[in-house]
Amino acid sequence: MIPRVLLAAALAGAAPLLAAQDSASRLAAPCAICHGSGGHAVTKDVTTLAGIPQDHLAKQLRDFRDGKRPATVMHQIAKGYSDAQIDALAAWFAAQKR
Amino acid sequence: MSAFERRDFLKFSASAAALAAAGCATTGRSRGRVVVVGGGFGGATAAKYLRLWDPQIEVTLVEREASFVSCPLSNLVLAGFAGMQDISRGLGALRSYGVQLVRDEAVGVDAAKRSVRLARGGALPYDRLVVSPSVDFNFGEVEGFEAAMQSGRVLHAWRAGPQTVALRRQLEQMADGGVYALSIPLAPYRCPPGPYERACVVAAYFKRAKPRAKVLVLDANPDVTSKAGLFKSAWKDLYGGIIDYRPNSRAVAVDGASRLLRLELDDVKADVLNVVPPQRAGDIAVKAGLVTTNNRWCDVDWRTMESKAVKGVHVLGDATLSAPAMPKSASMANNHAKIAAAAIVDLLNGREPAPLKILNTCYSFVSRTEAIRVSSVHEWEAGQGTLVPVKGSGGVSAARSEDEGRFAWNWAKSIWADSLG
Repeated sequence: MIPRVLLAAALAGAAPLLAAQDSASRLAAPCAICHGSGGHAVTKDVTTLAGIPQDHLAKQLRDFRDGKRPATVMHQIAKGYSDAQIDALAAWFAAQKR
Repeated sequence: MSAFERRDFLKFSASAAALAAAGCATTGRSRGRVVVVGGGFGGATAAKYLRLWDPQIEVTLVEREASFVSCPLSNLVLAGFAGMQDISRGLGALRSYGVQLVRDEAVGVDAAKRSVRLARGGALPYDRLVVSPSVDFNFGEVEGFEAAMQSGRVLHAWRAGPQTVALRRQLEQMADGGVYALSIPLAPYRCPPGPYERACVVAAYFKRAKPRAKVLVLDANPDVTSKAGLFKSAWKDLYGGIIDYRPNSRAVAVDGASRLLRLELDDVKADVLNVVPPQRAGDIAVKAGLVTTNNRWCDVDWRTMESKAVKGVHVLGDATLSAPAMPKSASMANNHAKIAAAAIVDLLNGREPAPLKILNTCYSFVSRTEAIRVSSVHEWEAGQGTLVPVKGSGGVSAARSEDEGRFAWNWAKSIWADSLG
């Protein structure tokens, strides 16, 4: 398995000086419009992403993307992300305090 | 906003003079000063994320209103399905991120001196400026509208606030059997699905409270501009005989006294006349020389949101010349802010900014409880030099549902919290 830090660093691309976790936090920031800042949901109907184990979250996102898990919206969103991006998102949310 | 929160905001909001006298707001070394103009979905988010991502940047937010009132969900207030208190929030929580709040109006930008002039006097110096100016209206394109609006007889309610309350009152006072007419401008305008949502929820209110009343939708566009199939099913299934949709019906003039709307080909009389005029980037964008296109919108570099007209100034939200298939929405403004915050953090740290991948999600209510949605994912495409939708991603709701209605409220509460702290 590729270490999280390297995965995120690969995503940073044009900004070699940006720390890997900062790059991942930028990838994760748009999720906050529904899942709350830092993945901390503000309503009970929404999943708190902070602190979800990385492998579990990555699998859910892939299942949404690949049509294996039914959804109202997440199947359409997940299709916009590559495997490497899904892994970086999952790693970042897993590292956030619940 | 409660009275307490309002006092709180006023107490902690400094004047420009006081801020200038005090010098830098943060202790220790400052990486640079950023001034943010506008405390809506774009500006508030930019201020918060700048501080989250680099606490050594000093951030001052200039906002003329005492509180934030959300345009998303404000149509529910028109229908009587929510109150103004449900869609209003304070800005005070941004202070906990170290954002300085200034209650004032930015009236000019001196780009050479890197300074923003304020209405109450004084100026704020900046290293980077963020302008999230919302839209203002080209009233002149609908002759007579501005006078009719000032008399209170014909409203737009396309900025949530006093006009939302006043239009609700007009709808309540309208007799059963009356006609509510809604005039929609040519796209692009703020919130593409907003007018069609408004038609739905007003019809839902009429269906219960004034069963003989009608909703007349006069659309300057040749067809419904967003979620067309889903809106049309709702009109057919829920509001047959109530909503009358007329495309290619552009408003050219209004007579407030008789509530008469002149279209290009005929005239329409209504009991409540609601005209949404054509829009452009907000006044401060015009004054600052940020408008680049059709005298209306501000073109930006989508990697940084930096203006293509004025260096060192980043423009967010509805005021931008939209990237392909990108709506003028609250979700987009919030995401524009994250692009700008990341880019400014990089620039002030001597790094080259890297593009962000961003998300749009917009809900529209079609009844008191049911909603529909559109979502998209946008990423930088170097060949085209802009943000484009990611192939295969995004889409609309399978059907209107109460689940989507719950998600719409969840989205609103989440984005309010994400934007305002």
